[in-house]
Amino acid sequence: MSAVIALRRPAGAGSQGTLWADHPRLPSSPWACVNALRSQGHADLGTLAMPTSRDEAWRFTDLTPLGKVSLQAASGPGRVSAADMAGFQLAEAATRLVFVDGVHAPELSGPTANAGGVLVANLPAALAAQTAAVEKHLGRHQPLGSDVFAAFNTAFLSDAAVIRAPRSTTLAAPVHLLFITTQAGVVSHPRCLLIAEAGSSLTLIEDHVSLQGEACLSNAVTEIVLADQAKVHHIRVQRAGPQAFHIANTSVSLGRASHYRSVSVDMGAQLSRHQLDVVLGVGADCAVDGLAVVAGSQLADTHSCIVHAQPHGRSRQLHKCIAGGTARAVFNGKVMVRPGAQHTDAAQMSRNLLLGARARIDTLPQLEILADDVKCAHGATVAPLDAEEVFYLQSRGLSDSAARDLLTYAFGAEIIARIPVASLRQQLQQRMLAQTGSRP
Amino acid sequence: MIHPHSPVLLEVRGLCASVNGVEILKGLDITVRRGEVHAIMGPNGSGKSTFAKVLAGHAAYAVTAGTAQLDGQDLFALAPEARALAGVFLAFQYPIEIPGVANSQFLRLAYNTLQTQRGQDELDPLEFDDFVREKMKSLEMSPEFLGRSVNEGFSGGEKKRNEILQMALLEPRLAILDETDSGLDIDALRIVSHGVNQLHHRDNAIVLVTHYQRLLNYIVPDFVHVMDAGRIVKTGGKELALELEERGYEGVGAEHLPGHGARHRAQAVAVAVTP
Repeated sequence: MSAVIALRRPAGAGSQGTLWADHPRLPSSPWACVNALRSQGHADLGTLAMPTSRDEAWRFTDLTPLGKVSLQAASGPGRVSAADMAGFQLAEAATRLVFVDGVHAPELSGPTANAGGVLVANLPAALAAQTAAVEKHLGRHQPLGSDVFAAFNTAFLSDAAVIRAPRSTTLAAPVHLLFITTQAGVVSHPRCLLIAEAGSSLTLIEDHVSLQGEACLSNAVTEIVLADQAKVHHIRVQRAGPQAFHIANTSVSLGRASHYRSVSVDMGAQLSRHQLDVVLGVGADCAVDGLAVVAGSQLADTHSCIVHAQPHGRSRQLHKCIAGGTARAVFNGKVMVRPGAQHTDAAQMSRNLLLGARARIDTLPQLEILADDVKCAHGATVAPLDAEEVFYLQSRGLSDSAARDLLTYAFGAEIIARIPVASLRQQLQQRMLAQTGSRP
Repeated sequence: MIHPHSPVLLEVRGLCASVNGVEILKGLDITVRRGEVHAIMGPNGSGKSTFAKVLAGHAAYAVTAGTAQLDGQDLFALAPEARALAGVFLAFQYPIEIPGVANSQFLRLAYNTLQTQRGQDELDPLEFDDFVREKMKSLEMSPEFLGRSVNEGFSGGEKKRNEILQMALLEPRLAILDETDSGLDIDALRIVSHGVNQLHHRDNAIVLVTHYQRLLNYIVPDFVHVMDAGRIVKTGGKELALELEERGYEGVGAEHLPGHGARHRAQAVAVAVTP
């Protein structure tokens, strides 16, 4: 199901194979399933190598800068003050689960006990409360054996955010997962598992933030499982520091007639990569939207793969990139219709805004259709700001730069407007204005 | 209204302008005094809309010769936004749609930019909301248009009303309305014209660029100019528009002027045989 091509090479091949070499193995977990997953992760790391630009899936994203920084496993969580937290709080959230440098921070987390019958807990607590349900799904949906970063995360699995909505439960207020990196030069492995049982409904905000601007690696894995007729609204935000590396693997499995809506926003990090895999069951429906805003010399890469594995599925995808300075954005979006997935209705659009002559956007929308009675459409545009629009605003008294800022903002705002949480929308709009604005 | 001793607001002399290297305006002269309404008419391709865009400062049009002064100030030395802040307003023939920018946000930003320029206080969103709703009433615009993206999905008439709403907010000295009547049904034409008339006073001036005499029944011009091949070739009072309507551009004598091509003669013949 993954669009990532398996990279099997002898262990130790390439100088970058050492990214995890000096990371000490974790002491044994009391949970057998955790130990089994770690072992599998280490076994995969033994056979996988760091991808290079010769690998098709990493053609446009050069990981060389990651190999040049010295990164250690975090020795413990850094300090986060109440003032630090203030900028990230979302008034609408019913519950908040905070992880600092990969470690659960209960003192920063909100009330999580039994939110409307929904389990919101870190991994040890979730395993203790609902062992069978967690074991059944943890590590079962990620691209094991094929993705070096997912394997790296799994080999060092120690904690995770776990959310489980029992059958037919509805939680109206969103669940906020906040992953904070506070230390330069460390690797953290954010991890999330969301299990939406049949007929349940909830909104999840997965929020990756930084309190420091130096190089670090945040290597996230998120698994989301929707049982029949479940509804999940997933908002993923990456607002890491300017020198950070952020790698994320998101795997979503949709049961019969389930609904998955996601909005993914990448604004931070010197290099970010989001691999998003969605597999649709019979009559499942997904809308997968994304926005990458990069300036300076940032690079943001989104690879998505939407697989229509069963008939009567519907998928919609709108992905937008805004690139200024010498920044680069990459979108590789694949929609696959498996044999027998008749009456699939898929539409994908990639829209891209180039703000400077030295910025670059590579977009590859792809359809792979192996059924004969389907409706599929896709398209892509890459363009600078429209001169007529700029003139219209200038003719109303706005300066050239104010006009350009407003139009850039508006281009991204279409995606941000799809986030159903007002306070988060506002935070992202402000950050986008700051990031794309040409005014001081 | 003509006030004989009214100061000159806009003085254009010998204006030549080209787009993509093709000369469109070829020595245009016009004088507009405060308080006046001027109509510029002429066949397609005569340069009417080009003149409007050149005055507003569209970058695609290069001024190759001539001058334009607004209250004695060199208009061509100013960037488009500086012209707007100096009091030039262009109501677009095809108002631009801007998805993602709320109309209220756009209108307030334009208004507050001008307020700042005038050294006056900006209006906050609530104050502005009251202010703009009042202006919308006279244009019979629903407040619903504040929440929508700028011009996105607006009908032709709604877009033109939105243009006049901007004129009402910005209170220009010189308003150039580029085919504001096109695409309007009779009710919308009446509303838009009424809005323009309300905004007109003895200290500002209006230049109407139009194909049809119909608009001039509602916004009565003091002067009617006929443009052809990049120049103003005839100027008269409002009766000239009626004459044009009846006899066509050929009939009022434009064909005697130098540079007039055979194309327009052929058009006149076609008009003559139409029942």
